[in-house]
Amino acid sequence: MKMPETSADILARKDEIVARLRSLLPEEAVIDNPYETKAYECDALSAYRCPPLAVVLPGNTEETAAVLKACFEMGVPVVPRGAGTSLAGGALPTADSVILGVARLTDVLETNYPDRYIRVQAGRTNLSVTGAVEAHGFFYAPDPSSQLACAIAGNIAMNSGGAHCLKYGVTTNNLLGVTMVSMEGEVMEIGGAYLDAAGYDLLGLICGSEGQLGVVTEATLRILAKPEGARPVLIGFDSNEVAGACVSDIIRAGVLPVAIEFMDRPVIRAAENFTNAGYPDVEALLIIEVEGSEPEIKEQLDTIVEIAKNHKPVELRESRSAEESAVIWKGRKAAFGAMGQINDYMCLDGTIPVSKLPEVLRRITELSEQYGLGVGNVFHAGDGNMHPLILYDANKPGDLEKCEDMGADILNLCVEVGGCLTGEHGVGVEKRELMHSQYNKADLEIQMAVKDVFDPRWLLNPAKVFPLDASEGRRA
Amino acid sequence: MNPLNEAELAEMVASAKGPVEIIGGGTRQIGEKLAGEPLYTKALTGVTLYEPEALTLVARAGTPVAEIEALLAKNNQHLPFEPMDCRALQGSEGEPTIGGMVATNASGPRRISALACRDSLIGVRFVDGMGNVIKNGGRVMKNVTGYDLVKLMAGSHGTLGVLTEVSFKLLPAARATASVLVAQDEAGAAETMARALGSPYDISGAAHIAGTTALRLEGLAGSVAYRSEALAKLLGGTVGEFDWQALRDVVAFAGKPGDVWRFSVRPSDGPALAKALRGLGAEEVILDWAGGLVWALAPAGTDLRAGLVSGHATVVRGSARPVFQPESAALAALSAGLRQRFDPRNILNTGRMG
Repeated sequence: MKMPETSADILARKDEIVARLRSLLPEEAVIDNPYETKAYECDALSAYRCPPLAVVLPGNTEETAAVLKACFEMGVPVVPRGAGTSLAGGALPTADSVILGVARLTDVLETNYPDRYIRVQAGRTNLSVTGAVEAHGFFYAPDPSSQLACAIAGNIAMNSGGAHCLKYGVTTNNLLGVTMVSMEGEVMEIGGAYLDAAGYDLLGLICGSEGQLGVVTEATLRILAKPEGARPVLIGFDSNEVAGACVSDIIRAGVLPVAIEFMDRPVIRAAENFTNAGYPDVEALLIIEVEGSEPEIKEQLDTIVEIAKNHKPVELRESRSAEESAVIWKGRKAAFGAMGQINDYMCLDGTIPVSKLPEVLRRITELSEQYGLGVGNVFHAGDGNMHPLILYDANKPGDLEKCEDMGADILNLCVEVGGCLTGEHGVGVEKRELMHSQYNKADLEIQMAVKDVFDPRWLLNPAKVFPLDASEGRRA
Repeated sequence: MNPLNEAELAEMVASAKGPVEIIGGGTRQIGEKLAGEPLYTKALTGVTLYEPEALTLVARAGTPVAEIEALLAKNNQHLPFEPMDCRALQGSEGEPTIGGMVATNASGPRRISALACRDSLIGVRFVDGMGNVIKNGGRVMKNVTGYDLVKLMAGSHGTLGVLTEVSFKLLPAARATASVLVAQDEAGAAETMARALGSPYDISGAAHIAGTTALRLEGLAGSVAYRSEALAKLLGGTVGEFDWQALRDVVAFAGKPGDVWRFSVRPSDGPALAKALRGLGAEEVILDWAGGLVWALAPAGTDLRAGLVSGHATVVRGSARPVFQPESAALAALSAGLRQRFDPRNILNTGRMG
């Protein structure tokens, strides 16, 4: 993968740059020792690594503003970093950049139950937001699978979703306001503890902008009352087509499950070997979860089971207790780990129209044979967000490149059938060059014009999202 | 200008010599009558894609909202955000279009559970101020590929581009609906609505009008029966009838003289704001969105903005000014910058939104 040429000028000025950063922050909040900056050399796309010039960990909005202003004045690129769980290389540094981490910004600033919001510093982890309100019967809805580790700052940057987005939406649908610092160091408040912000929807624009428009230091998040209960049903089919048809019929029937998860045979087998969840050895497995009171759950599950039976499932197992629910979910939640135990893998997250599911799965199988690399599929079937896991051997020369080529073919296929390159992981560096296949010149130009407005010198996370050839004239 | 398709529209914008006023159905006029040559989108009609099993609809911008709602109803689906029909309130005629609905981010009582128009909008095509055709988002509900201009276009009142096609994530329509009513004065309404929304009963409407606090429950029949009874017990109310469509369209203010204001505030501030607005001269006040949306009717020219303690206000009808809430200097600079980039000649709905 190509990255922009490192600025020799910035490397030569390292001492001066670090000294200025040290003058703005507490001693421990500036890291430039090469042994320590190594910890920031990559995110969860660990195939690509590069230690940054330095790392800063501001403890509040004012320190963040001071650091950004200084970097702006010195012309040093800044790469914002949440918890470093990006699967797309969104937080990958360059050698001439300063990593701005939010690890010290973890406080809950305000909880308000009558108005159903929480205000937190942006480095707080996703799961600990729910942790802060669940004793009062509330939760924060977006639930990316990395929620134990990932930070709200990264969730906002990537507009993260999760298994339950069919009902509750993704980050942008649950974000009410932010405190954001521009690259120039200006602090601004956007939105607040009310449902619609004034003026243009800048909040919607910032969410998902991959840290390229500003650094969010605080966020006001919508919290929801927890439903009384939730229960899944597990349904096994002997063909992907039939499983897909079953999902369509459930949605048409007017039931809105909170999650519809799909696994294919390679993933089912891996998950079963890893967890002994008791999954049947079938072609396709659906886990469908509904929420509500006991009578409501029963009403919804009855409808789903009736529809499923029309499709002649090989296996149908309704959970009758919390323990049974946990067992049904156990294999799915461990699916990625289980695949990782077998092999190195690359996880893609292109989205497709759900009607194209059988076609796309068939063509992925063909690509798998063509490249000679195994592939497993696990995804959110209700919203078409695929997660093909391409298996490769990191120690075998050329295998990673082959895997990346196959990944590009799959993502281009997603676009070709009317979908998109990425449903929740973001573009980062991983899918940057593929943007040409989804967007034409005018589409990209206007997006880059947005960055021109927020960050005229292109110092914030500059080598991400846009194909390098498209952004070349803009980057410093 | 009355383009027959997107390409013609782009050509007309590119060759426009001066300001252009974009007109869909012309039912949601807000603020000053704009100078500029009218550009009608009414010929850009038709649903280009509808997949009920994928909960997806794509339509050209001039398609009547009513046509789309009727199509969806056949499949027991709907636009979840319950868009307002402004005709009664505005005294306007014409056919509301799906593009006008997006340009104003029209969102009704279900905003508290099913969110706003901008949340269901998953893709747009538009023509910018230079005549470039641009697409963003698409037809899938989970998409983080590039910047989200879809949200930006919603509610931008035609100042950043002329919408030509819009895509939505749909939801199943409710099989059953019930309302729980509590007779009380405004002061207690926010607390009642907060208790309802803090319960696990999945409330899809929470309003207070004329001495009644109303909560709506929707879903499968058995579930609605269970939840409405439980909620009535919790709140000390009764299960009864309530006209949610009349609330959505603010028909209580229709045909009455005066300015109509719309406030988006912190929900618990709703009743205090209502009281302050009355002190400033408001004649009638309605609370929606659990108190977070406050509608007020006031004598022409009255400045009700002085009552704000949180959020912002818009003058939806009448002569009070400014129409839109002034922004902080930092945000105003960003907005102006965006507008300059999307419409460098400043010809699209010139004069609207500041």
